[in-house]
Amino acid sequence: MELTALSIAEVQARLRSKEITPLEVLESLETRIAQVDPSIHGYLSRDIDAARALARTADVSLPLGGVPIAIKDVINVKGEPCTCASKILQGFRSPYDATVIQKLKSAGAIPFGRTNMDEFAMGSSTENSGVITTSNPWDLTRIPGGSSGGSAAVVAADEAFAALGSDTGGSIRQPAALCGCVGLKPTYGRVSRFGLVAFASSLDQIGPFGKTVRDTALILNAIAGHDPMDSTSLASEVPDYTAALGADLKGIRLGMPREYFIEGIDPQIDRAVRAAITHYESLGAEIIEVSLPNTEYAVGVYYIIATAEASANLARFDGVRYGHRADNVTGLLDHYGRTREEGFGPEVKRRIILGTYVLSSGYYDAYYLRAQKVRTLIRNDFNSAFESVDAIICPTSPEPAWKIGDRNDDPLRMYLADIFTIATNLAGICGISVPCGFATVDGRQLPVGLQLLGKPMDEANLLKIAHAYEQSTDWHKVRPQF
Amino acid sequence: MSSDFDVRYTAQLARLNLSDDEIARFQEQLAQVLDYVEKLKKVDVSGVEPTAHTYPTFNIFRPDESRDWFDPKQALVNAPRQANDLFIVTKVVE
Repeated sequence: MELTALSIAEVQARLRSKEITPLEVLESLETRIAQVDPSIHGYLSRDIDAARALARTADVSLPLGGVPIAIKDVINVKGEPCTCASKILQGFRSPYDATVIQKLKSAGAIPFGRTNMDEFAMGSSTENSGVITTSNPWDLTRIPGGSSGGSAAVVAADEAFAALGSDTGGSIRQPAALCGCVGLKPTYGRVSRFGLVAFASSLDQIGPFGKTVRDTALILNAIAGHDPMDSTSLASEVPDYTAALGADLKGIRLGMPREYFIEGIDPQIDRAVRAAITHYESLGAEIIEVSLPNTEYAVGVYYIIATAEASANLARFDGVRYGHRADNVTGLLDHYGRTREEGFGPEVKRRIILGTYVLSSGYYDAYYLRAQKVRTLIRNDFNSAFESVDAIICPTSPEPAWKIGDRNDDPLRMYLADIFTIATNLAGICGISVPCGFATVDGRQLPVGLQLLGKPMDEANLLKIAHAYEQSTDWHKVRPQF
Repeated sequence: MSSDFDVRYTAQLARLNLSDDEIARFQEQLAQVLDYVEKLKKVDVSGVEPTAHTYPTFNIFRPDESRDWFDPKQALVNAPRQANDLFIVTKVVE
């Protein structure tokens, strides 16, 4: 087996037995990237020399000692570009490390490579990248999902052992499902957002992609915890998220929300997810039907709240302190208007306009305030469901990866692709996507993701439930051929 | 309500220049999105508190102490225009 195909846990075993060195691990990854990334386009940049320097001194006894981890280009790593795949941040170099990067480095990991994404994390296909379109490793003519499409694709293509992404409405779980890897969105506040370029501050959360559930647990161990630099980060203690992995599922109750098994789901996805549910029963879990009655409002609520927060967050791109600045401006309004026109791509502009509108005088109550209230009802739905179940089980995406270019100019249709992931962020709970089979489309095998949603701060249980399924099936072992 | 939606005016509020083509396209696309969110009006939200933070936390304080952060050189490292350790801004007052 190629070194790059190993999980973090497997690489660590070899590092600790001194069978291989961190530098060899890094070089094998670099070779793999040079070989496959010209077809995948998952990376925007990488600094092999900086990574080599860290690899030479890596302490393999640390929890992630000597393990390279790819970073979505929305998280600041000191001295590296952080472009958010936007022209407006071309040439930007981070003057500091995000808290998650400091924590990864303290755990011995080597941040290596900046992954492609939808510009400012706005999108579900990575086609909104202002730089390049990433391909799905299972079919290079298809999208990898988004917005963390680069992170998902490089993990699936064995050109990263694991990666960090960010999830505002499904941007970790949906690409993980479409690329056939594991993606975890932690509870809002579990992981510090300091150093994550803000899209929608009440929804954004950083999380890991891995080849296995255990690998995502190892990374969560390293990045979770309170941070004085992020006042929304939660003070609760960080347990060892690997401790419960392997425990049996006797007595576990899984809720099947009837609103998530609806017409319009791809029939092959419906079948794969229902088969996974039957499999859980055979593992000792009890399946209970639950209702999340306000589900149909989630996409609408999300596109009001997320765009409103984005329009405020992106006001900072004014061409003064960093980023692109228009030439030969005639005055202040011309400076702002042209700097932003030249720097932002179409989807970002669209969302700034929508967000500005729903916050504007006379419309705030009708749109933004009402959406915040419906958001409360959506949270209440989950709270009620969690009174009778330990986790919720459903599909991650209603459809497998679609063709590049298929829905480029139909934003509403693109927004509806997030229908099963969005409510998680509105409720602030945690969620994970794990591979649960394949859909055959045009003769190609495309991965299907199973989504499990957990109570706030209950990642340990969620990971245990996901791990039990993964380890008793073989879906995660099937690798794409391209 | 969405019939009042005016992309040209909203773009001015957002300090974002748009081409005529973008204005026409966004007008049509976002009108569709606004029609879609009309369904929220069906929901009875009387007596419902808005959610600002999903995991309610209040009054986050930290000690009011100075700590190391950027020096002027570091703060200016990405500035498009600078002089004398300061950002150069476009003239605000004529």
